[in-house]
Amino acid sequence: MAQVDSSGGIGIAVDVDDVVKRYGTLTALHGVSFDIRDGEFFTLLGPSGCGKTTLLRCIAGFEEVSGGAIRLHGEDIARLPPHRRQVNTVFQQYALFPHMDVLANVMFGLLRRGWTRRDATARAREVLALVRLADFAERRPAQLSGGQQQRVALARALAPGPQVLLLDEPLSALDLKLRQAVRVELKQIQRETDIAFVFVTHDQEEALTMSDRIAVMSDGRVQQIGTPREVYEAPVNRFVAGFIGETNLLDVAIRSVDGSRAEVLLPGGRPFACAAAAPVAAGPGHLSVRPERIELVAAGEGDLTATVRDHVYLGTDIQLHARLADDEAVVVRIQNAAGSAIPERGAEIGLKLEAGAARLLTD
Amino acid sequence: MAVATDLRRFAGFRAMTVLCLVVLYAPLIIVAIYSFNASSSITRWGGFSFKWYVDVFTGPEAPKFRQAAINSFAIATGAALLSTAFATAAAVAMSRAGRFRGKVASLALINLPLMVPEIVTAVASLVFFITIGFTTGLMTIFIAHIVFCIPFAYLPISARMQGVSDIYEQAAMDLYATPWQAFRLILLPLMAPGILSGFLLAFIISLDDFLITNFVKGAGVETLPTAIFGSVKQGIKPNIMAISTLLLCVSVVFVTLSWIIGRAGQSRK
Repeated sequence: MAQVDSSGGIGIAVDVDDVVKRYGTLTALHGVSFDIRDGEFFTLLGPSGCGKTTLLRCIAGFEEVSGGAIRLHGEDIARLPPHRRQVNTVFQQYALFPHMDVLANVMFGLLRRGWTRRDATARAREVLALVRLADFAERRPAQLSGGQQQRVALARALAPGPQVLLLDEPLSALDLKLRQAVRVELKQIQRETDIAFVFVTHDQEEALTMSDRIAVMSDGRVQQIGTPREVYEAPVNRFVAGFIGETNLLDVAIRSVDGSRAEVLLPGGRPFACAAAAPVAAGPGHLSVRPERIELVAAGEGDLTATVRDHVYLGTDIQLHARLADDEAVVVRIQNAAGSAIPERGAEIGLKLEAGAARLLTD
Repeated sequence: MAVATDLRRFAGFRAMTVLCLVVLYAPLIIVAIYSFNASSSITRWGGFSFKWYVDVFTGPEAPKFRQAAINSFAIATGAALLSTAFATAAAVAMSRAGRFRGKVASLALINLPLMVPEIVTAVASLVFFITIGFTTGLMTIFIAHIVFCIPFAYLPISARMQGVSDIYEQAAMDLYATPWQAFRLILLPLMAPGILSGFLLAFIISLDDFLITNFVKGAGVETLPTAIFGSVKQGIKPNIMAISTLLLCVSVVFVTLSWIIGRAGQSRK
């Protein structure tokens, strides 16, 4: 199959083009569009009910799209049944065939694609070695731990060499310790196989640590697409700023605009210059500042004045919960370094916002 | 309140339980015991003997019983196979075809034979066969048995289907299996305990049936239940008790198997 390379340098593995999905009167996806590049780790991130799993199921073929196209290396697959699409899925509950051993599970897709039993066995053993389960080929899924089952599911989906691998919250059934180890492993395997991964998760930390790019979704729409750094440091709206990491959203008045820069009045009345996410006009706005981008200074200095309400000890960091004069809550994260002074509850403090890290949002 | 009600608190619970068990099982036990009676009386104990079992296989009525047994087992096997196939198809349609028009009605129709008085089915079947000019005989028994066995086969199969998530078929189709391959290689093996359980139940229901069989059987064609009934009309002899006991053993074995297989399937998930 010839791979259509429309972008000149990097091939487009999946082109999701204005995909609409309706269930009766309910619209789950409102015209979603994006490209996934070859070899890319692409994450669909959003809260439950945002449409991310529906979109994944549309790509896999388990849901019929109500409108739009899904192109796999240029070929529109949106109306093909699942078994005619060269994409494989790692299911949230793994869905390993309980009546087959691990080897037979991994061979299943290969045999359906017409491999001989001998070649399929060799290929299945090779993929099992890749996920470090070579010694478990003869076991039944029920005899494996959750983490091992998860790797079998991955091996089974990778074995036929899909053009794109879909992963539906594959880590959510694992416990925290294991999840963190598997993240690193999954990313490694993705790099080794060089297959485009479409990874669905509601866990922003997972998304940030593993993805090349993230599509942040809510209410059946893509809110922002960008690298982890872009969506974290330059969120385009309040939803993205709030969903990815923690943030402070301060109510500000926009005083003057100059291109993508703006000057705003902070609560308390001091002026502050910042970058705007989108073209803005004078009026009310929201300033997003990450808790770790606020510096603690003496009361009366800095950009804001606040009263300490509480602190939360997080080990590496200390989280300070404070209130501004108008009762607006502000969270500050300070490093738990030797000699850092922790202000007492009730103490008055000054807060200095890092100029480059604050972002003006209007919606 | 979440604790199960302690039934023993109800007045007369114990007495009622014992009464029910006695009424249900005492006759069976008596028949089983008297089948080993050395005397030819059915009420007086004359010592222990296997002679009536020998009589069943070699006595004057042996050829009649042998033919009836062959008929019974042949019909039960065939009817159970076919009704299980129909019931499997129905269970798959009910759990996998989503919502379709007439789904509730279909479910009611599948299970209706359980609710309709058997005598009505028996008369209706006979009238039906006569009306279409079908000669009564083994074939009519066979057809009638297939029909009334379907709901019995359907129950364990559909119960099993509830426990098989459709995610396995999705995974199969995701791995390039056609819908037919997904059914044959994934769904069917996962349903197997239910199907086997349904088959055994249908088999035993067919083997035991008297009423419908008696109506639709042709002259001279006997199954075990009708042959036993025929013999009893000329007076009960202990050989009837022996043959009844044998039939009871077959039933117990099959029902137990059906139950064990169904349960093993549940726990393996």
